[in-house]
Amino acid sequence: MAANPLVTDGFDQPAPRRLWLQVLHDWVTTVDHKKIGLMYIGYALIFLVVAGAQALLMRIQLAVPNNHFVSPQVFNQLFTMHGTTMVFFVGMPVLFGFGNYLIPLMIGARDMAFPRLNAFSFWVAAFGGFLLYFSYLGANGLYGAGSAPDVGWWAYAPLTARAFSPGHSTDYWTLAILLSGVGSIGTALNIVATVLCMRCPGMKLNRMPLLVWLYLVMSCLVFVTISPLTAAQIMLMLDRYLGSHFFDTQAGGSAVLWMHFFWIFGHPEVYVLILPSFAFANEIIPVFSRKAIFGYPAMVAASVGIGFISLSVWAHHMFTVGMSSGANTFFTLATMAISVPTGIKIFNWLATIWGGKIHFTASMMFTIGFLFQFLIAGLTGIMLSVAPFDWQLGGSYFVVAHFHYVLVGAILFILFGAFYYWYPKMTGRMLSEKLGKWHFWIFLIGFHLTFDLMHIPGILGMPRRIYTYEADRGWMIWNILISSGAVLQTIGTLLFVYNMVWSYFKGPIAGPDPWDAWTLEWSTSSPPPVYNFAVIPTVESRRPLWDLKHPEDPDSHYE
Amino acid sequence: MSEAATIPNTAPEPWVLPSRGIVGMACLIVAEAAIFIIFIVAYLYYLGKSLTGPTPHDVLELPIFSSICLLSSSATVHFAVAALHRGKRAATSLWLGATVLLGGIFLAATAQEWYKLIYRDGLTIQTNLFGTTFYSLVGLHATHVVVGLIMLTLALIFSLNGSMTSKHTGRLEVLSLYWHFVDAVWIVVFTVVYVLGR
Repeated sequence: MAANPLVTDGFDQPAPRRLWLQVLHDWVTTVDHKKIGLMYIGYALIFLVVAGAQALLMRIQLAVPNNHFVSPQVFNQLFTMHGTTMVFFVGMPVLFGFGNYLIPLMIGARDMAFPRLNAFSFWVAAFGGFLLYFSYLGANGLYGAGSAPDVGWWAYAPLTARAFSPGHSTDYWTLAILLSGVGSIGTALNIVATVLCMRCPGMKLNRMPLLVWLYLVMSCLVFVTISPLTAAQIMLMLDRYLGSHFFDTQAGGSAVLWMHFFWIFGHPEVYVLILPSFAFANEIIPVFSRKAIFGYPAMVAASVGIGFISLSVWAHHMFTVGMSSGANTFFTLATMAISVPTGIKIFNWLATIWGGKIHFTASMMFTIGFLFQFLIAGLTGIMLSVAPFDWQLGGSYFVVAHFHYVLVGAILFILFGAFYYWYPKMTGRMLSEKLGKWHFWIFLIGFHLTFDLMHIPGILGMPRRIYTYEADRGWMIWNILISSGAVLQTIGTLLFVYNMVWSYFKGPIAGPDPWDAWTLEWSTSSPPPVYNFAVIPTVESRRPLWDLKHPEDPDSHYE
Repeated sequence: MSEAATIPNTAPEPWVLPSRGIVGMACLIVAEAAIFIIFIVAYLYYLGKSLTGPTPHDVLELPIFSSICLLSSSATVHFAVAALHRGKRAATSLWLGATVLLGGIFLAATAQEWYKLIYRDGLTIQTNLFGTTFYSLVGLHATHVVVGLIMLTLALIFSLNGSMTSKHTGRLEVLSLYWHFVDAVWIVVFTVVYVLGR
């Protein structure tokens, strides 16, 4: 509460206006975790708009049969760039951005463990994104062949071989991902070192906010997830530039080995993206249910469990390749097993909400949307984990619908929730709740129109990645509805962008603690000063601000 | 500003956290190990699948001397850290110099081996799957040796000109961790490439 006298806000003296060049210099040379976090988020939002526009173009192309809105070549580039951008230059940076911003604040530290490494990781990842899009201009090369990458976001061999990808489009793809991977490993290393070495006195591991725990697990997962991808990209570069034969089937190399390497990265990557989403839910749900999180130790154990099990499920992306029955059985069972810790989390969130005094803010509404849609996404995931079912529907729009349910229905929804929750901390102003609720409902309807219905053409046999289809297949009505949902989602997102810009200038002043929350970031001003905390805090429980506001009944009595 | 979260009657208990240098290096080692594992898996997967010669059995010889050099450099770098910790600068420089020398011998031996493989046996990275996987795996390790040697040489220079003192022990220890990792990887590479794969 802004009224809390113990929590001071930092609007002591207005800063003098500075030249824009000074401001720019300030941002480019900064090593402050908050500024780097905001740059990560801003950069991800720009790419979100770009990749979203690509999705919209694809939906226009697919809305009606025999459409010639874009050529097949452009369509291939669109889905490649859309997937690559969304995973590497939207998902990763936005989550790292929130982590960078929040983790030091939540553990009572003044910065990350390695501030300069932090800036390096951001800039190298940002350069990767620039390189990917520079391919539109630069990939022509001396061969005059090729523009943007068009090999799909997983770039299966032998499509990426010199013979089938002349020019430099694939090289730009490889280098962009290599650089983004270096940045990701640097930031993950930084997060682990920060969490383990920079906690304020009293912040024991079992008192850390769950967000911090989940980022710790996610970062450990990044080491064993992104590194294999980096290794595979090095091999691909060697193949393309030095003429080695890793994925060259004519010299005895194996295309399936690339698939294994890619998915050893690819599936844990899903969990690298979803664990921070869980992290946001863990902070938002208790605050807006006015209850402490239910089952803290179980939540931590489930997160670590997900981290481990996620390493043994990759080949469920490869059922249709034709593996031995032993492998099929193993990966079916492992994939099903991962739904156990995930289920534990869902039940704990429900138990936290249960009997709580729920505040239906825009943030909480997006979070409840996340809970509901993540459950459905998990259910279609269990369907697809069954190898024979996957043989039927793998490579169809059913799979596309399933993973977009995870990426949009779960991750993007909770991200919107996180924006409504932490925007006041980051800017000092509240986002408009009214616009937020419009955003929620429009986006929700658009989402369900698109991705609920997208399962159906998949079941009817519509394959992924086709640029158009015949009129007599019976897919047309579904595709029109799916595309109209995409338009609704675009409107919702534009509302959100408008809300962010408008609130930055005109939103109500937030004060240090607008939600009456309990973690340390709300004990400092909004936005926090460069040094975060004038005096490093000391904590005695998982909810230090609760202890502060209720000295007669502190949490430390019960933990 | 935010004594906010300080609770007045806290008994001051010792609050010791791990060194961020060591934790950071441990994370880097885990990430690097994952990269090496992928290259080792590729090596093992393609073992004996080359369509043309030469095969490992034909051309590889056990690099016993250079391996001994590399592994003993793990001990010398450890002695260097211990000497620095006790503030003995001359001994630190001596042990660091020995480490750089031993690592250099290893690199020279690798260079000699590659020269022989390329010019006498006609094995390049393009020849067959064995060449592809061999040069990339051993080359990846050699790259790490080169990086380590550059860092160790810098440490040696700082030690010789006196700008590295015992308060920098923690940093040298982080570097020594990296060097131990490079040596440990060599044990695995040696086993896979020269013992099992031959």
